[in-house]
Amino acid sequence: MPEQAADVRNKNFSEVALGYTEEMAQEEALRCLHCKNRPCVSQCPVNVDIPGFIEKIATGDYEEAYQIIASTNSLPAICGRVCPQETQCESTCIRGIKGEPVAIGRLERFAADWHLANAKEQPPRPETNGHRVAVIGSGPAGLTCAGDLAKMGYEVTVYEAFHVAGGVLMYGIPEFRLPKKLVQAEIDGLRALGVEIVCNTVIGLTLSIDDLFKSGYEAIFIGSGAGLPRFMEIPGENLNQVYSANEFLTRVNLMQAWRWPETSTPINIGKRVAVVGGGNVAMDAARCAKRLGADEVMIVYRRSEDELPARQEEVEHAKHEGIIFNLLTNPTEIKGNDGWVTGMTCIRMELGEPDASGRRRPVPMKDSEFDIELDTVIMAIGQSPNPLLRNTTDELKCHSWGGIIVDEETLATSMTGVWAGGDAVTGAATVILAMGAGKTAAQSIDEYIQGK
Amino acid sequence: MSKILEKRQLTRETVLMKIEAPLIANKALPGQFIIFRVEEGGERVPLTIAGVDPDEGSVTIIFQMVGKSTMRLGAKEAGESIADFVGPLGKPSELDPYKGKKVAVIGGGLGVAIAYPQAAYLYEIGAHVDVIAGYRSADLIILEDELRSSSDNFYLITDDGSSGRKGFVTDMLKELLDEGKQYDLIIAIGPLVMMRAVAELTRPYDIETVVSMNTIMVDGTGMCGCCRLTVGGKTKFACVDGPDFDAHEVDFEEAIRRSRAYVEQEDQDRKSEEERHRCRLTGEVRHE
Repeated sequence: MPEQAADVRNKNFSEVALGYTEEMAQEEALRCLHCKNRPCVSQCPVNVDIPGFIEKIATGDYEEAYQIIASTNSLPAICGRVCPQETQCESTCIRGIKGEPVAIGRLERFAADWHLANAKEQPPRPETNGHRVAVIGSGPAGLTCAGDLAKMGYEVTVYEAFHVAGGVLMYGIPEFRLPKKLVQAEIDGLRALGVEIVCNTVIGLTLSIDDLFKSGYEAIFIGSGAGLPRFMEIPGENLNQVYSANEFLTRVNLMQAWRWPETSTPINIGKRVAVVGGGNVAMDAARCAKRLGADEVMIVYRRSEDELPARQEEVEHAKHEGIIFNLLTNPTEIKGNDGWVTGMTCIRMELGEPDASGRRRPVPMKDSEFDIELDTVIMAIGQSPNPLLRNTTDELKCHSWGGIIVDEETLATSMTGVWAGGDAVTGAATVILAMGAGKTAAQSIDEYIQGK
Repeated sequence: MSKILEKRQLTRETVLMKIEAPLIANKALPGQFIIFRVEEGGERVPLTIAGVDPDEGSVTIIFQMVGKSTMRLGAKEAGESIADFVGPLGKPSELDPYKGKKVAVIGGGLGVAIAYPQAAYLYEIGAHVDVIAGYRSADLIILEDELRSSSDNFYLITDDGSSGRKGFVTDMLKELLDEGKQYDLIIAIGPLVMMRAVAELTRPYDIETVVSMNTIMVDGTGMCGCCRLTVGGKTKFACVDGPDFDAHEVDFEEAIRRSRAYVEQEDQDRKSEEERHRCRLTGEVRHE
């Protein structure tokens, strides 16, 4: 797929991958073997009819291809960009045994982009069944749940704490990986289905779950996400210029700090930046830092390249854009002068025996400490579920680490009429897993209300 | 969009606004805050709630026009709307246990606006309330009548002596403590240096002292951690763990430093904002 050149794109926030042309999409679509047992579909958390839509692309019927995807996936343009296809649908593609698997994600993106650019008619709004459902959080889990319920005829209201809908799709994933106008276009599609989105409303504070039931909602889905950043608890973490990845990305993506002073939210970047962590969020933060004009941006990760939790594609993109990888390295202290970051002490690590996660455990090497000079440190070492709802809703049972306890099959919580899914349940995971949960919950809610 | 129902200029730089926000007005308790955004592209600014009227469905905020966003908010008129207004955020102050007890509520400058609902609540539940209100000078006095009528004793003090006693709130508090006044709780709300001074003053007396920490925030719901501060050696988030904290445990040095994280950008923003309001005839900056 064509991309912006690395030394051009690392100075702008425009999308990196440019997408297939029609010719490229058709050529790729023709590679699909249409296997009988369709291993790709069973690997998709939202069960997209993959060979079905690919066939439509091959015959040039792009709108039909989109409709096939959209019938089970509420956010195709988003999934086509941020799903880890290489570990899901594409991982079982028979083409992949000998050569490259069919580029399912890129084809999905092509169909979705074609639809957004060319489709004129909004889908007909489903006839209402008179039942009302509230969704808490407008990230991928909440939007999927809302979309599926709306398609079944439910009147759905989505409550969002921020001033715009989209959750992590807006505040977390950067513009150059997922353009925000595209996220808003997908959300507009849900509005056309009759989904009402209410921003600036913090459930647990502005309104309680009980308030929602009292105002006539028959069921509630919680998709409030993983909104509580972790820190390492090492000295110096509260110095100025230590950001959580959440804060850094929110300032850059949601508040558009990269356009300051045209916008009003500032950010400081400095010349030398370290991002601690090895996941997709760390890659996003590092690539944003580079685009904000830092001379040197490094990833500091305690394991080796093989264990990096980020998608291979993101790691490759980061490397091409000039991000330095300091692997088998772990910070022990952030150093400062007069309250501002000046550097970080790190220790070299080696890999020992596998731990509970199956990855080899990093072990510090004796007397291997060394200092790095830095202006900015970004902590991207994960997040816990946001505590606001559980702190204000006693009946909602949660694990000690903060995740909401649910029935694994139905996603029902300890409260009657309340379901939960996505990062609020699992801790930080992927967009598509959250979407899968939203889908499952929509099914459960439908069964619950129809069975009443 | 949230509508401005009423606007009053309290001093040259200080403005009171009632914002239409019925859901927040229903829920808010003393000590909680809101976040506003004036317009598209605007920053998210936290402000502690100065009062609510559930019948009218309004939330009162009082702010000083000292930065880009507060200057733009202050330029709005009643009847106009602002882009966003969300809350009530943070934990309410724990005031109910002080029914029938002796409390000193100390407000400094704009902090008086936040100290007022606390004093009023305590006075209403039957606490003995002494209020010390400190201002830089007489022309910056706000809420004097309101505070007089929600306190058993009201002490007014100005830095320059242009009204009331001359000196700082800590001078007044020290005098009261030296006179032998006993307090079960002292609430101090104002600039960080003032709150630190109160904390240092009450520490040897071992009087429970609570401060309201107005840190820089982005989301205000625990998501970003921008508002973190050290309390009793542990990192806390002002937005979800506070904003009230034990004054004797707060690391004020760190809080003061962190409050200055964007001082350069704030200065630049303020200057360009002032240019927008500068009169081309007289060269003066208009504040209304």
